[in-house]
Amino acid sequence: MEKILARARKVAEEAEVYMATINETPVQFETNRLKHVQSKQSKVVSLRIIKKGKIGYATTTRLDDYTTLINDAVATAEFGQKAEFHFPAYRRFPKVEIYDPEVESISLKQMTELGQEMIDAVTNYSSEVICEAGVNKITCEISILNSRGGKAKFNETVFGLGVEGQLIRGTDMLFVGDHTSSCHPVLDSKEIIRTVINHLKMAKRQATVTTKSMPVIFTPEGVASALILPLMSAFNGKTVLEGASPIGKKLGQQVFDNKLTIHDDPTIPYRPGSRPCDDECVPCQRIKLIDKGVVSHFVYDLQTAARAKTKSTGNGHRGIAGGLPAPSINAFVMEGGTTSFNEMVRNTREGLIIEQLMGAGQGNTLGGDFSGNVVLGFKIEKGDIVGRVKDTMVSGNIYHLLNQITAIGSDCKWVGGALCTPSLYFPSVSVASR
Amino acid sequence: MTNIQVIAEQLAEILKKQSADYIEAHIEENYTTNISYRGKQLESVGKSTSIGGNVRALIKGGWGFVSFNDLDNLKQKVTLAVRQARFVGKEKSQLIKRAPIVKTIKPRIKEDPQKISLTDKKQLMDEYNEAIWSTKGIQTSVIGYGDSHKKSLFVNSEGSFISQERADVTLRVAAVAAKDGQVQQAGISAGSRDDFGAIRHLHKEVSELAQRSVDILSAPVIKGGEYTVVLDPILAGVFVHEAFGHLSESDFVYENEQLREIMTLGKTFGGPILNVVDSAATPGLRGSFKYDDEGIPATKTYLIKEGKLVGRLHSRETAAKMGEKPTGNARAINYRHPPIVRMTNTYIEPGNCTFNEMIADIKEGVYAKNWYGGTTSMEMFTFSSGETYMIRNGKVAETVRPIVLTGNVFKTLMNIDAIGDDLDMNQGGGCGKGGQSPLPVSNGSPHIRIRHCLVGGK
Repeated sequence: MEKILARARKVAEEAEVYMATINETPVQFETNRLKHVQSKQSKVVSLRIIKKGKIGYATTTRLDDYTTLINDAVATAEFGQKAEFHFPAYRRFPKVEIYDPEVESISLKQMTELGQEMIDAVTNYSSEVICEAGVNKITCEISILNSRGGKAKFNETVFGLGVEGQLIRGTDMLFVGDHTSSCHPVLDSKEIIRTVINHLKMAKRQATVTTKSMPVIFTPEGVASALILPLMSAFNGKTVLEGASPIGKKLGQQVFDNKLTIHDDPTIPYRPGSRPCDDECVPCQRIKLIDKGVVSHFVYDLQTAARAKTKSTGNGHRGIAGGLPAPSINAFVMEGGTTSFNEMVRNTREGLIIEQLMGAGQGNTLGGDFSGNVVLGFKIEKGDIVGRVKDTMVSGNIYHLLNQITAIGSDCKWVGGALCTPSLYFPSVSVASR
Repeated sequence: MTNIQVIAEQLAEILKKQSADYIEAHIEENYTTNISYRGKQLESVGKSTSIGGNVRALIKGGWGFVSFNDLDNLKQKVTLAVRQARFVGKEKSQLIKRAPIVKTIKPRIKEDPQKISLTDKKQLMDEYNEAIWSTKGIQTSVIGYGDSHKKSLFVNSEGSFISQERADVTLRVAAVAAKDGQVQQAGISAGSRDDFGAIRHLHKEVSELAQRSVDILSAPVIKGGEYTVVLDPILAGVFVHEAFGHLSESDFVYENEQLREIMTLGKTFGGPILNVVDSAATPGLRGSFKYDDEGIPATKTYLIKEGKLVGRLHSRETAAKMGEKPTGNARAINYRHPPIVRMTNTYIEPGNCTFNEMIADIKEGVYAKNWYGGTTSMEMFTFSSGETYMIRNGKVAETVRPIVLTGNVFKTLMNIDAIGDDLDMNQGGGCGKGGQSPLPVSNGSPHIRIRHCLVGGK
């Protein structure tokens, strides 16, 4: 890395080298049995330069040819955006625990047993269910080095496991599943099994819905599938800078229900979304995005922050494709409320529970509109869950919904690596059914 | 510098000495260029080079897979894949075997994006961005351009050695309009596997989409419920891909008795007017190729003929397990992933109904054009339009906000009651499955009419 940096400095005013080394071992089960064991090794080097004041960028996995990498960065710099920032000189970062050497020592045999244990538990409950399962361990090493003396290096481990069951009768299909991940090994699958079996139980009967507005409870998975993406985009400094965020001009204003508080928090120990610094060597921090309904902060990378005349919040992300850093949420953490999920259900005369909405991210997400098919959802009648609903669409606007929340659940749950949310109960949501 | 031909030859030698039911290896190199704009500013220009490979082994029905971009110690990588397969395998391997194929396929490229200078590419994007910004009421714009050139080598334990090259170019242009705290967007996507020219003359389309994003702002939201819906070729193509195409991928079906029952060949899926095809063998489309990533020749496969299910898409393993012919549909997005059953160019064959005939007897319906996206859970699907109008008394009437359409696949296919004469292929799409996205595919259709389609709304 030092060599690439030294060579790049000869042709540019500033330079930054980013290297990610990832080793991944996924174990996959299909049709209730072990089917694949994989081992994936990758190392990617990215070079960002500032030449004649403009940004050049290139990446490579060719570890034997750094000349092309440097030439590509120089070629793109001719057309690149004007750099409004300097690379940061940070070398010290907050201590964030995200590495557990135990993960590497988990054997294939242990991983296989975990997968089989989940499948056995689900198929023991219902022999008609056909399961897929996955157990995965990942180790990464991230290094960043820039010509202003900035330097970061950290290791991360991630261990994930999940199971999905499908139950098919005629052309009626039911999909249930759950997944969890941590920087520690996850050797206990009880919670996942409990969730999956619970959903199978609730879906045993089918219920009917008529087209009208009604109270709707979004479970943590439901919140993730319907409401979160547009919200993340609205808090993205770049969307704000462009004037495309519906809340861009509402800093300090009450836009959401005063029960709602959300942080971007990459400092929680042993969470896969946590990290000491972002992809540009800027220290990460816990940022209040919504404070009791008031819009508090937006998230920035270096370039966007400079253009918006503010500071990077440590939210520079290169994305899975390894492009130029851009602002993105690190870990979206919604504060839990005091109402239990069961209380929400008990207090509903007629309503829906949304566990998974399909297609909600397809419409006009910038404006907050969403509309999706209820892939997994349940009907509540007189305080009881009476069965699964199908052929049903739920639509709304997240800004309208989040401005009037009946209750926030006490059941905070991590959904994926970078979202922690409770259930949310809305008084009136548009439901369409045949 | 590493020569992937040499690496592939070394791998071919190593594979010969292994004991496994089947082993294959891929080595590829890829060059890409990306240009993106957000707002009036160019956002980023980047280039990337990559090289990497994988080894996949099958023993007693169990698969091992090792991917890498460090090309040293090839033998260790092969033995690791074999060891993993042995760890997994507990039954009998079932796999289509084929005589070895040794071939070098040279790409037929009309206008190679790699040979166009960055200056010219940027100039074109500048023109498109100006076309958007010359429209009143625009808040921001998003342009994403990408091209790639990939050379991939395939070797297997049967003695095959196949070298293929392909180019790919994609463009996505979106305009965002805003007024009174409301935000709306409109976009188009285009692409080609062999011709930069395919994205060269879109100035008129770009101006129109910019105006559309402004117009949508003042358009009403449709009332949710059931409608007769007419889909344009682009959206109908997305529909056939999402709603039916994924169901015909045999890896969902082959080991699942219940799904096999649903997907029994000969079953009626639609009216006699409905014919659905997947064809990688049709040259020049984004999903076209000569050999799939298991070295099986590409085919044209009828999935539905005159309303009846007549075929499905296979890998070597699914074809063997179902006792059907391989179709050459095993594809991997890159060397980091094993090939899985994927679509290529999927379309509804044209019928003989004109657009005017199709809408003539609709009292109140929806004309949905263009697409934002689509997804499926096999039984149910959703897809969303980019441009939407009401149909009133047989005529296309007022603009409404973009809609999300949803339904049950089986019922909806049955509800297609008119198929147009104007087949058009959409080359701008990318397909995601099993963590592999976006895979270059194309899909298409003529205009189609669907009765009783569920539309989300107020």
